[in-house]
Parts: sequence; C-alpha cells; structure tokens
Amino acid sequence: MEFEQWKGFEKGEWKRQINVRDFIQKNYTPYEGNSSFLTGTTEKTQKLWNEVLELYKKEHSSQGGVLDIDTDTISTISSHEAGYIDKDLEEIVGFQTDSPLKRAIMPFGGIKIVEKSCQGYGREVNPEVDKIFHTVRKTHNDGVFSVYTPDIRAARSSHLITGLPDGYGRGRIIGDYRRVALYGVDVLIQGKKEELDELNVDNFNEEVIRQREEIFEQIKSLEELKVMASKYGFDISKPASNAKEAVQWVYFGYLGAIKEQNGAAMSLGRTASFLDIYFERDLKNGTLTEEQAQEIMDHFVMKLRMVRFLRTPEYNDLFSGDPVWVTESIGGMGIDGRTLVTKNSFRMLHTLTNLGPAPEPNLTVLWSTRLPEGFKRFVTNLSIKTSSIQYENDDVMRATLGDDYGIACCVSPMKIGKQMQFFGARANLAKTLLYAINGGRDEKSGKQVTPKFEPITSEYLDYNEVMEKFDQMMEYVAKIYIKALNAIHYMHDKYAYEAIEMALHDKDVIRTMACGIAGLSVVADSLSAIKYAKVRVIRDETGLAVDYEVEGDYPKYGNDDDQVDKIAIEIVRKFLMKLKKHPTYRNAKTTLSILTITSNVVYGKATGSTPDGRKAGEPFGPGANPLHGRDANGALAVMNTIAKLPFEDSEDGISYTFSITPGTLGQDIETKVNNLTSMLDGFFASTGHHINVNVFDRALLEDAMEHPEKYPQLTIRVSGYAVHFTKLTKEQQLDVINRTIHERI
Amino acid sequence: MEKDLQNYAKIHSIETFGTVDGPGIRFVLFLQGCHLQCKYCHNRDTWNMKDGEYKSIDDIFEKIKRYKNYMTLSGGGVTATGGEPLLQVKFLIELFKKLKEEGIHTCIDTSGMVAITEDIKELLNYTDLVLLDIKHIDDEKCKKLVGISNKRELEFAQYLSDNNIKIWIRQVLVPGYTDDEEDLKKLKKFIKSLKTVEKVQILPYHSMGKFKWEKIGSEYQLEDVRDANQDDVDRAKKILGI
Repeated sequence: MEFEQWKGFEKGEWKRQINVRDFIQKNYTPYEGNSSFLTGTTEKTQKLWNEVLELYKKEHSSQGGVLDIDTDTISTISSHEAGYIDKDLEEIVGFQTDSPLKRAIMPFGGIKIVEKSCQGYGREVNPEVDKIFHTVRKTHNDGVFSVYTPDIRAARSSHLITGLPDGYGRGRIIGDYRRVALYGVDVLIQGKKEELDELNVDNFNEEVIRQREEIFEQIKSLEELKVMASKYGFDISKPASNAKEAVQWVYFGYLGAIKEQNGAAMSLGRTASFLDIYFERDLKNGTLTEEQAQEIMDHFVMKLRMVRFLRTPEYNDLFSGDPVWVTESIGGMGIDGRTLVTKNSFRMLHTLTNLGPAPEPNLTVLWSTRLPEGFKRFVTNLSIKTSSIQYENDDVMRATLGDDYGIACCVSPMKIGKQMQFFGARANLAKTLLYAINGGRDEKSGKQVTPKFEPITSEYLDYNEVMEKFDQMMEYVAKIYIKALNAIHYMHDKYAYEAIEMALHDKDVIRTMACGIAGLSVVADSLSAIKYAKVRVIRDETGLAVDYEVEGDYPKYGNDDDQVDKIAIEIVRKFLMKLKKHPTYRNAKTTLSILTITSNVVYGKATGSTPDGRKAGEPFGPGANPLHGRDANGALAVMNTIAKLPFEDSEDGISYTFSITPGTLGQDIETKVNNLTSMLDGFFASTGHHINVNVFDRALLEDAMEHPEKYPQLTIRVSGYAVHFTKLTKEQQLDVINRTIHERI
Repeated sequence: MEKDLQNYAKIHSIETFGTVDGPGIRFVLFLQGCHLQCKYCHNRDTWNMKDGEYKSIDDIFEKIKRYKNYMTLSGGGVTATGGEPLLQVKFLIELFKKLKEEGIHTCIDTSGMVAITEDIKELLNYTDLVLLDIKHIDDEKCKKLVGISNKRELEFAQYLSDNNIKIWIRQVLVPGYTDDEEDLKKLKKFIKSLKTVEKVQILPYHSMGKFKWEKIGSEYQLEDVRDANQDDVDRAKKILGI
C-alpha cells in the first residue's frame, strides 16, 4: 500500500497489512522533557468552551439533567444529520444526533429500557418505534429473558448477581479508531473482504457462518461510517493527511461506535501518542503551530466531554453522573525500553487545565517506574489540582499485554484491536457468605433463593464450618453466574452486535469473560472475625440469621496484616477457580475484577448485616478498598494490602480509590508532588494494579453538597471513573465524604 | 506485665504515610506517654503511659521494612514521635541501630525536655534529624503553658548543635501564648546561635485535637483561644526572618 497522505512516514510492516502498533513504533518521537512547551486556550477555544458551558447549564436545569431526546429516530451510525455547537468555531465536528447534548434512542439493546428512560424525563417514544420493537424486531433484552432459567432469575432479583448487562449495552469493547485515520475506510473494507474470503471454507459450520455474518455486518458499518462523515463534509475513505484530519478521523470512528451502541462503557483506547506522529509531522513542516495543536486537542476533548447516552433514572443510583467511560490510556513504556510518552500525551492531559477539570474523557495514566521524571511530575501536579486522573500499572500489564493495550471502562486492560471482553458485572460475595450461613435463604426477604443447603445452627460461628459452606455456596454462585453471562453474550452478539467496533478489530480476537467480585473486604473481615474473634449469631423466629455480634478484636483488611490479607487472596483465587470450571460462550477466557464503581452503595443497601460487624444496608468499600474506618495505619498500609492481591487472579483489574486532604500530602506543592510521585512509584513497584487519586478537603465537599451551584466542575474519582461531585446522589455523596479521606490532625 | 524495655515499646499508633514530620514519606511511630502537659496538645490521648500497646522491636522493624520502597524513593524514613519518644530511649536505641544498618533515615520529634543521659547520647549517635519542638523561649511562660521549665530543652538544642546533629526547629503558634513579638525575636536569636538548624517550621495552633481531650474526660485548656490563621503564620515568619 502507498498513499500520498503517508509522505514523511517511516516505512514498515504497517504498510503491508493493518498494524497500527508497527506504525507507532517506526514513527513516534518519545518526549522526555517537561511541560514548559504547553500553551493555553486560544480565543476560539475560549469562545467555544463558553458556549459549551452555557449548554451544560441548560442541561443541568432540564428535567433529570437531560437536555433533549430524539424520540423518533432509531439511532444508527448514519441516522442523524450533522449537528454543531457553533460551526465556525469548531475545529473538530460531530455529534451523536443533530444537536449537541440531545440524546438518541438505541432500542436494539432493549425497548423497555428506552421507554422507561424517556418516561423518566417526561417524554414518550414514537409509537411507530415502539410498535416495531414490540411486535417485529426482537431485542437483546428479549433474547436474554427468553432463555433465562429460574435459578438465574432468582439469583438476579435477590442481588446475588448484580448489574448484569441484560437490559442495556454491554460496552467495554474498544474499536481501534486509529485505523480510520491511518488507513482510511476503504483499506479497512478491503481488509474485511479478504477476511470473508478466508472464511470461504468447505467445513461450513455454525462458527464459520456466524463469523461470516458478523464480518458482513462490519463491512456494512464501515460503509455507513463514510456516509456519516460525508454529512459533515468529509471523505474518510482515504487516510488522514494532517494532524487535524487524523484527530477528526479517529473521532469519526469513535462517533460511529457511540451512535450504534449505548454501551455501559465506551472507551477510546490509546490515541494520544499515535496522533502525536501527525502533530510532529505538521509542526516540522511548519503547517501547524503549538497553539493550533493544543487547540485541536482541546476541541477534540470538548467533543468527548459531550458524549451522552439515554439511561433510566434508576441507572443513576448505580452509576451516577452520566458516566460514559471515554477512557483514554496515556503514557506507559514500550517493550524496547523507550517511553511511549509524547508531547501529545501532555496536550491531552493539559485539557484539564485549559478547559478545567472534568470526569470525561476518563484520563488514565499507564504508570511505569521508568516513566520520564518530567512527565511524572506533570501528572501528579495535575492530579493534586484536579483529582481527575487515574493510574494503572504499566509494568505489570506490559508483561502480558505488550505495549499497545488500552483500558476499557475503569480497569480492564485489552490489546487494542486484538482483544475484547464480555462484560460480566459482578457477584456479591458478601451476600454469598450470608447465604452460606442461612442455607440459601435471603437474609432480608427470608426467601429460599438457592436450592436448600444445610444452614448453620450454632450460636457462635465456627471458621471451618463456615468456610466449608461458603465454598459450596461460591460453587453454586459461580455456576449460575457463568450460565447468565453465556446467555447474555450470546444474545448480545445476536441482537445488538457492535459492528463498527468489531470492524476496527482483527478477524480473530481474544475474548475474555470478565467476571467480578463485590464486597471483598467485607468477606475478608467477616472471615477474619470468625477466625480470630468470636461471632455470635442473632436469629429471628424462623431461624434466619439476621445480625451478628462480634466479641473481641480481629485483624482487619487494609492494615497490611497478613492474617486477614491472606484470606482475601484465598477467596479471590478460589472464586476464580470455580468460575473457570464452567465452559464459556465462544470459549472466552474467564477473568475476574475487583471493582464496584459507585455501586458499592447500592450493593451494600441490598445486603444484610455481616459477621464483621457491618450493619444491614451499610455501603461496601468501593472496589478493593477496605470498609471505611477499618484501616488504622495510614494509606501505605492499605496500599500494601491491596498490592498483595495477585493480578494473575484478577486480570480484569483491581481498583483502589485513594483520597487525601491536601495538607496531609505535604506542606508545599513541591513536597506534595514529590510525595505523590514517590507514592505511585512505590505502590506500582509493589505490583499494585490501579489507583484513583483524589486530593481534596472534607470541608470543600460538604460545601459542595450544600451549594452545588458553586462547584459545577468539581470532579472526584470513584472506583475507576471520575464524576462531577454534584451529580452524585446524596447517599453517594455521603459515602464519598465518610469514606476514608486520609488526614492527620 | 513488666516488659524488657530494650525490646518492647508502648505504642500509641503508627502512620505509614507520614508527610509532615520530616523529609519525604515517613513511617511515623507514635510512642505512648508524655511527661509534659501542653495546653494545646492535639494528641492528648498519648499522655498516659498506662495506655497504648506493647509491641516488640522485631514486629515494628518487620513492619517498617515493608515500606522501605516508599521511603527510599521519596527521601523519607522513620520518625519517632508521641507522646514524648525519648521516654522510651532504650527501645529507640535498639530500633535506630537496626534502621541504620538497613540504610533507613531516622528522625525524632521531641520537646527535648529530658536530661542528656548516656542513653540519650547513644541514641543521638543513630539519629539523622531531630524535630525540636521549642515549647516556649520564655521560661516563665513555658512553665505556664506546658508545666515545665524550658531549661532542659534549650540545653538539649545546644547539645545537638555542638554534636553536629541536624535540627528542624518547630514552634507551635498559639495566639496569645506563643506569638508575642519580643518572644519571637528572642527565639530568632536563640536559633541563630545554633549551628545545625536546617529548617524552622511554624505550626499554627488548631483546636481539632479537642475531641481527644473530651474523649478521655479531661477538660480542654484553651477553650477561648482561636485557631492561628495564615496571617498569624506570615507575621511570625516575618519576625523570625524565615
């Protein structure tokens, strides 16, 4: 292949076949300097951003925070006409509908959720659309519920297994949007046609037929992508010829995905350093200035901040603040030892300064202890100022995933364009433990949810007896869990296939079945209490254990105490082994995450009192965090505890949310930056996987609860994503405030 | 139970991520027990020697080593504070010996209000830095504020200076108690007479430790005193010339 748009690029394997990584490796310029080259906002950017802020205001004051909904048009890649904020000011264009912040309906995942969503904001779905999806076209949601078994339904409605993507888009697939810019769509279509040829085989079995159909859909979606771009006046059939086009082409790829799918997490990938190659070429040619480069990135990020999905008001109780998880992975090291940090990594992060803090895009720094010092100090300084950055361990992930992976959603790493996951939400292990004690009866409703197991009847809990029964109950939950996920992903592929995202993947992708755990610290502490203290059971008149009394003290998770930390490690490993026993849809590799996002509040609400002394309804710790107040030895003790959880047993990520008051981090900014940088180096050198960093005062948050209007951009990080604090529910706000904010007086 | 005081210490608590008691990230060991009665104390619960928990030197040393990564990277180390850490000097000698063998930076946060015994001298051989909290430069006012004369701590400071041990001077700024201009000038002169002072820190008084007094049922001593603010700190800094 050869294109004039590639002039000045170093040749390589990438010209013979689709290989973005090779292109990056042959052409990128590592940057080891500091942030002094960065520029502020241009007049154009400032004007445009002010218009966006006005739109935000309007949106915020609309019913349920939803500005507008197109209730007539079934969203597809090319369904809507072009939309603009202010056409003359926009360097990068494109919206999901014909108007900014107007939400689209995407009923292929499920019509009921669309109806409920519209009703939640005082709107009705067009009756024609309703009719089609009720009588003519089956949805993913219909599919799943037509095969769900009674045991799955019971586990689901009792919150034993929660947050399953059976009524909404599964997300967590990252299209390699860079391919659109590097090759242009026509090359990609050609590639897909060749893949179809490869699948013209004699053994024309179910697998082959399914794959052929999927690739056919992928080709169709690529054609549609061209149509969509042409509505904005662009021809993306050919490669991008300069930096601005490259950004625009990448964004069009992504825009196609978010018009086609209302996925729970719609992540961007790892684009900044790829785009840097174009910026460097233009800067060298003299066709672009640094101000213009930053302007393009600022405008790109504005668009990413304006991605909107239509979701039900209840969804907000689970995941507050309209999260989209436009996760962009930044930095990291190459396997050849060069850093993957470029000037454009800085520009991407600098948008937090130019446009102010924001939850989206979900800026994720891939941290290596070998990252250039200038970059380390730049990001920690930004973290202290904005609380908008999360960090993940590049040194750990690079070992298995190479140097062109990205994070989907919060903590899920995958090789870009080569790997996808079947998102599996999470099992509530704290509830599983209570079921073990109660023989499968729900501790709140008293209903028999699982088949009858022998309950524990003794007054005091015996560690060995509890462990034996817990083991059996985990076995049962694992079985039901995989059954449910197999059904969900079979139907999602069938009725709500992510054609454009998969069109930006290789033909044969690695699939993981991404299971999850909620309530790990509660389980670890409960078992520790049973083992090292005495736990008395309080039962109601039907013999149901409804509360527990802990007599004496016990080692608590989050204090770097091996006695209890070992229990946590053991539980994770055991549960993974049990999940792995069951065959998965499309032979996906079963993985595990310890991540709850903001749903730790809702899961806690649905779970009765636990043997660690936690009372019914109280929130769990988020992700792998200890329960708040249980850690008594400071932040590093918590980090050491969490770093002990082995990544091999939890390859889909282990989330830790760290909050600290500015004064506790050090006296002056220089010291703060130094301490935070060393802390991150230390945590990741001890093989911690993920950390959210929040730096704020409790008083500030309390004031923001009282006077939300004063803090429209106050951003905080919770378990793998960032959110506008004022958009959290009151319960979640209190959880954040009460949760361990590390402070010393 | 009588414990072997070389190998056991009465511990109030530990903080693994200390950032304000010495340079870098520090493992801060709060030792139980104090012989002063500072009215502004924000760790009132560390006074009584009967409270706290005995921990063995091996336990503590083993714990500290787990954070070596963080200390080394940040230029941090271990800080012994309290309470008054020097009350458990025998234990600290053994601990600091081990820490120095391990290449870990050692620091003591003290009032210096102790007699300079042979034990203290030995401990200071293994001490890289002393955070010296000057209670009050004026002896009479000092007695009122903390219950003891300042004679010993000034001697202690002199000893550090003479023996080439690095000092960070700390002065808690309590409005109406320690912020008199003449006193601060006197303090400045004293600090100047010391050869090894690396840093002078003003710690603004705050009442956030009040709940700890109430918790153990003792009356808070500075009920009518306001918290020191940034202006107070700036003023004091100006007088001290820092």
